Amino acid sequence: MKKLLLLGNEAIGQGALDAGLSGAYGYPGTPSTEIIEYIQRNPEAKERDVHRTWSTNEKTALESALGMSYVGKRTIITMKHVGLNVAADAYMNSALTGANGGIIVAVADDPSMHSSQNEQDSRFYAKFALMPAFEPSDQQEAYDMPRLAYEISEKYHLPVMMRLTTRLSHSRAGVLRNSILEENKMHLPEIKDQFMLLPAFARKKYKHLIAVQKDLEMESENSPFNKYIEGTDKSMGIIACGLAYNYLMENYDECNYPILKIGQYPLPKKQIQNIFNECDEILVLEEGMPLVEEMLKGFLGNLKIHGRLDGTLDRDGELNPMKVRKTLGLPKLSSKDIPELVSGRPPALCVGCPHTDSYKALTEAMKEYGKGHVFSDIGCYTLGYLSPHNAIDTCVDMGASISMAIGASDAGFFPAIATIGDSTFGHSGITGLLDAVIQKSNIVIVILDNDITAMTGMQDSQVNGKIEQICEGVGVEKEHIRIINPLSRYHEENVKVFKEEIAYTGVSVVIPRRPCIHVFAKRKK
Amino acid sequence: MKKDIILAGVGGQGILSIAAIIGTAAIESGLHLKQAEVHGMSQRGGDVQSHLRISDKPIHSDLIPNGGADLIISVEPMESLRYIPYLSENGWLITNTKAFVNIPDYPDYGELMKTIKSFPNHIALDADEIAKDIGSPRSMNMVVLGAASTFLDLSYEKLEEGIKIIFGRKGEKIVDANLKAIKAGKEFTKQYK
Repeated sequence: MKKLLLLGNEAIGQGALDAGLSGAYGYPGTPSTEIIEYIQRNPEAKERDVHRTWSTNEKTALESALGMSYVGKRTIITMKHVGLNVAADAYMNSALTGANGGIIVAVADDPSMHSSQNEQDSRFYAKFALMPAFEPSDQQEAYDMPRLAYEISEKYHLPVMMRLTTRLSHSRAGVLRNSILEENKMHLPEIKDQFMLLPAFARKKYKHLIAVQKDLEMESENSPFNKYIEGTDKSMGIIACGLAYNYLMENYDECNYPILKIGQYPLPKKQIQNIFNECDEILVLEEGMPLVEEMLKGFLGNLKIHGRLDGTLDRDGELNPMKVRKTLGLPKLSSKDIPELVSGRPPALCVGCPHTDSYKALTEAMKEYGKGHVFSDIGCYTLGYLSPHNAIDTCVDMGASISMAIGASDAGFFPAIATIGDSTFGHSGITGLLDAVIQKSNIVIVILDNDITAMTGMQDSQVNGKIEQICEGVGVEKEHIRIINPLSRYHEENVKVFKEEIAYTGVSVVIPRRPCIHVFAKRKK
Repeated sequence: MKKDIILAGVGGQGILSIAAIIGTAAIESGLHLKQAEVHGMSQRGGDVQSHLRISDKPIHSDLIPNGGADLIISVEPMESLRYIPYLSENGWLITNTKAFVNIPDYPDYGELMKTIKSFPNHIALDADEIAKDIGSPRSMNMVVLGAASTFLDLSYEKLEEGIKIIFGRKGEKIVDANLKAIKAGKEFTKQYK
């Protein structure tokens, strides 16, 4: 059979489709976005009419998936690591309701923060929720795992996490397809009150969740994705999780140390015990935070365990072949330094970007107040912090611009401005806006409407065409919802609008509206 | 057979198309392949790179180690130098010479070319100019791929097949323009060597 050339993300999408997927839910976020994009453009998904539209945020996505699981269908929810924080309420409780149709929570972590605000490791969430988790080391495993994940999800009535990291999400390789499973027929849960978490039920369910941990551990012991590889040199044993296994093998033609390759959690205790007893020292290689290392080491610290905690490996940032090579004490490959004349080329707003004109007008309107007044958010427009724009002062999490402006204004700070993109506004800005309206906060909210979720690569924005109605519905006064066209020829007018709304005591919304130049170019074609 | 390749450029210059064509040609030739690419924030006018590994044996790491690359293929001259630490001792540097200047501190062009030419194994070509000359101004990336084609250990016909598969959706005209471009790049290298 011919191999498909797939990104790790695409392999998960194809794997889920071939394992009987009925619905995919998610919110775009690098490095997770291509899972749903792949399902969206897949002709078989179209033919089967698999649900595959974006949700407003990760929490609504996860809840919708729970509903699909409730009626017996297999579903996948996709998000980046920080998106799981948004979905955490639903996620933690989904471990108690469990699943009827199989549920995969696919989370892509971004160690080294290529496109993120932190490098949190989602495996901690799996452990926190007592949920089984899969961590593929290559694209073939990313394809194969959803099938077993659904089996386990339905066997134990539990959602299952699939954890990826940037390098696998965004790396391509040949993948062999398996047979295609039928989708589940619709059926209500057989377990009475399965999705009813009144405290009396929740207490029982939590006891049950604890009780099945030993079964999940047994699944891990017998998993095809956890493998004990014998070695003759027992001076060291290596536990390699997910991608870290590749960086280990890259450095040897043949590795003489015993290796325990981990791809399924909870950790297989017998196998861990085995390598621990057999070897003098243990090196833990894991992509992300030192979860396995910390578990093995314990609070008081077993001196035989090495990894990111004791500095044997770098504490932060993603792994690579060189870092692992250094840890193994192998000689460096000879290589030259970057020539001195090479200068940095940081990402920047595109030429012709509407945000550039919006920021230019806002900055001019704000000139008299000095620096430090503009709370911003997550998206392309965060690049407005960089020169030559120097237009914004904060970026924390989805929706924080509005709420932070409220808090600063509550303290008497004036003017307090929030800049937020259209998609981010839909994701997490509306609740903040309601706070502002209720307390009549003296803030100006600038909703940078470029018609699309741009930074992640042009996904539909849920609030497209509805922004004014939403603002009005939430209670912003109609005359203080101002739409401007961010083009240089309207610069003076736009500055004036900003100045007027800054002068108004109360909630103002200014909506600079012009499509992202990439959307514009596509539509012109 | 093993080829470890760093593809380099600026977001939007088309290195992922180069990667897709080499990748398709490799798969069509029954080889193993891993190709790590950059998505998201860094794509916006920033430096982008892709690690492309081809081998007749299974490949472990998605990333090429420092000192391990057989080739750097770059569509922008300064970007070709950013990845020098990856280049192996006998590796080749193949780069477009047309500068993409979107930063205020772009280095002196003469110095830049001097540095590129200080590497004994280099091919430097103005792929933008060549693409224009043959009437396919938007196929600069394929000219660069053509210039690198003889170093890939893949048959030229497979690369052409890759172009047909990747650009097929966009129509015959675009396929032909790209086929012309890869050929022009190949001719350049033949004479340069």
